[in-house]
Amino acid sequence: MSTVALISPLSDAERSEIEAEVAHLPDRESAAIDALMIVQKHRGWISDESLSAIAKFLEMSPAKLDGIATFYNLIHRQRVGRNVVMVCDSVSCYVMGADGLAQKVQDHLGIKFGETTPDDCFTLLPIVCLGACDRAPTMIVNEDLYGPVKEEDLAEVFSRYT
Amino acid sequence: MSLQDTKPLIGRVQEVGGLVSLSDYESGGGYAAAKKALTQMTPTEVIDLVREANLRGRGGAGFPTGVKWGFAKGEPQTPGYKYLVCNGDEMEPGTFKDRYLIEFNPHSLIEGMILGSYAIGAEKAYVFLRGEYHEPNRQLVRAIGEAREKNYLGKSIFGSDFNLDLRIHLSGGRYICGEETALLNALEGKRGQPRYKPPFPPASGAWGRPTIVNNVETLCNVPAIVRNGAQWYQDLGLTEDSGTKIYGISGRVKQPGLWELPMGTPIRELVDVHAGGMQKGYKLRGILPGGASTDYLVEEHFDLPMDYKTIQEAGSRMGTGTMILMDDSICPVDMARNLQHFFAQESCGFCTPCREGLPWVEDLLADIENGKGEPGDLELLEQNAQYIGAPGNTFCLHATGAIEPLQSALKYFREDFEHHIEHKNCPYRAY
Repeated sequence: MSTVALISPLSDAERSEIEAEVAHLPDRESAAIDALMIVQKHRGWISDESLSAIAKFLEMSPAKLDGIATFYNLIHRQRVGRNVVMVCDSVSCYVMGADGLAQKVQDHLGIKFGETTPDDCFTLLPIVCLGACDRAPTMIVNEDLYGPVKEEDLAEVFSRYT
Repeated sequence: MSLQDTKPLIGRVQEVGGLVSLSDYESGGGYAAAKKALTQMTPTEVIDLVREANLRGRGGAGFPTGVKWGFAKGEPQTPGYKYLVCNGDEMEPGTFKDRYLIEFNPHSLIEGMILGSYAIGAEKAYVFLRGEYHEPNRQLVRAIGEAREKNYLGKSIFGSDFNLDLRIHLSGGRYICGEETALLNALEGKRGQPRYKPPFPPASGAWGRPTIVNNVETLCNVPAIVRNGAQWYQDLGLTEDSGTKIYGISGRVKQPGLWELPMGTPIRELVDVHAGGMQKGYKLRGILPGGASTDYLVEEHFDLPMDYKTIQEAGSRMGTGTMILMDDSICPVDMARNLQHFFAQESCGFCTPCREGLPWVEDLLADIENGKGEPGDLELLEQNAQYIGAPGNTFCLHATGAIEPLQSALKYFREDFEHHIEHKNCPYRAY
């Protein structure tokens, strides 16, 4: 059995982006959330190895950093696909038929919430109110906000992502 | 007369027909208030002016902004020791006003933050912004860059001895981060759990230093107050409360949206005139007046003016002023379940009544909705609502807010709950 590196080194880009945040904060640990988001931007998600590397770089314990990482909705501690689809399930979208939309999206992608398509293209997650309630029901794909989302638009919207 | 005379928040957006660029903002009188304050007014004068204008916090609680700023005044005057933090977390379901302000008028927020920072003596300020707000973030990043280039931010602003560094913290996403002490923990890179109070943030906030936390809409009001005076601002309101308010409506109306209107605009006018009335075939039954964590209002309240005092006297809260409408096609039991699902999921988990109680309430509501309710369930719900929602049983007001729509749903839509239990089904579902 080969030895697996428990800490995958951070790239130069990741290091310099994190350092830029640390520079205007009172201590290194204060950059914990920024660092998680930066590494996630580069790698898609935060693996145990990534977590250890960030913790080491910020001079804090991995357990403490994991407590932070798992607290926040937008930090992925499990592998996600190339595109992340999040469908709003909060009250304004609920009133405008979000439950029906959620079912249609699952049918369309062939996966349930929390799953990733076999081709790794999409991960589907629920999300709380996206603050676009005048356009309910809403969903967000990566950084693109959609609303009001109709069933007949789904094929076209998802075809934009590969 | 310009639109800005009656609509200080988004009048300029309407004048230019969309995003207010730096030059649009300047040609509409932008940054004149900051210049006036920094070169001609003392910080105390700015605080007194905002207090006199009776600007109340637009994040939901309605605390007088000038009074809050005054709390930080007596603290150490070492330059740069304090912080101003703008709460742009906007995760209250049904609320979409701060997104609009940041996306379309980012310089008004920056100018409001210059004025707030000057007033309290902060030289470092943060915008705590929702991680999902990608477009507002892009606009704010660009606007901050422009303001730095023009030296509206940076060292010796307008030739004064006042410096300000303004930065954005993008949230990792959690409703509780809108609570100001949880927000400060998140800003410090920690888990967003609320802190024990006292000490309150004006005494000990971010990194233990005196910190003032203000909502986006609150800060966006400040430039116009400095420009036009306290009396002008007071006169904008129709009732006791001053200024304008960004009201919003979502639900089955013809035109959901946001409108900047005089404080105290009646609910019925918002629904029937500005939102164009209900869609054909739908009847309005109830509203959550200021986000998911406010008590329902019903028909008997619809002629009331939307201001802090009146809505509180009616048994609810104006909250964020963005209303969610429940029409007659929506099952009140299932809507209550949807609301409790949100609050249960977003509980930070620190206090037992909130962590254990809210999922329990959600489960019981799901049972009732699915025809598995038992006689006595409503009394059980009420009993638990009282225990979970009582302020003081938990660190913060998350659970208290969660219970508000539930207790009022049980009061106003009781026959719906009883029908579910008696007939063991949901009359709103097609069988």
